[in-house]
Amino acid sequence: MRKWKRVNTSSGVRIKSGLEAHEVTMLRNLVGSLVEMLDERESSLPRDELAELTGMKIGPSQAPDDDTMRRLLPDFYHDPAQHPDGRAAGESLNGALRSLHEPTIVDAKRQAAQQLLDSLPHPAGKFELTEEQAEAWASAINDVRLALGAMLDIGPDGPQRLSPDHPMAGHLEVYQWLTYLQEYLVLSLLDER
Amino acid sequence: MVLGAPVARTSPATDVDEVAALDSPWVTIVWDDPVNLMTYVTYVFQKLFGYSEVRATELMMQVHTEGRAVVSAGSRESMEVDVTKLHAAGLWATMQQDH
Repeated sequence: MRKWKRVNTSSGVRIKSGLEAHEVTMLRNLVGSLVEMLDERESSLPRDELAELTGMKIGPSQAPDDDTMRRLLPDFYHDPAQHPDGRAAGESLNGALRSLHEPTIVDAKRQAAQQLLDSLPHPAGKFELTEEQAEAWASAINDVRLALGAMLDIGPDGPQRLSPDHPMAGHLEVYQWLTYLQEYLVLSLLDER
Repeated sequence: MVLGAPVARTSPATDVDEVAALDSPWVTIVWDDPVNLMTYVTYVFQKLFGYSEVRATELMMQVHTEGRAVVSAGSRESMEVDVTKLHAAGLWATMQQDH
């Protein structure tokens, strides 16, 4: 991975970097899987003819079953038991907020992922991003890290060290590479001075 | 642990939010997460809420050291918008009525 560099051009800010071919392939696969997971979550709901007529998307009221998707799409209301009208009221509020807002969140994540896929260098080499594209990259890479973090069960002390023959060792290496990539990308976004 | 005071919004809708906050004070809370980078969280706070770098960094540090921070306050509807944006960005955020 090369450095990330922020430059001011006559047509606005550009964030420049470069990727090797195997890095491009890896990002394409990882972000592609993220899009598939989001699509799957969306299609888990039966088709709603009224929603199709009105154009208003209604999402599921239940949280996803698996840890990975639950981290990408967390609850809105933290602790239903703390609701002033009791747990049932808290759970019902959580379900209502999820079905109302999850479609927007899924769309935003998918759009960021697609922007990354569309702006990858092909097949490799230098590339430059607008600020908006760089933001989409930061967000999509964050989602991939969240997903890998859930799979690797990363806790408050960070990732555990895995022996090279551990089945998840490859995932951990990818996670750490994405961490560096995101850190340098975000630093270039923050560096407005 | 004592929570920090709810933060005033710097958006043009501040007046509306403040009036709404008197009726039904809701807050948006961001929770500490072992995956999200400190730089990214600071960036998201600046970008989504228009907070200064200093304010965004303070809030990020509060999340990091205390495990959570109130990042905005206002009507329930405006907190729904904030949590939606924070989830879209990958932060772990929830909303609740501030008693």
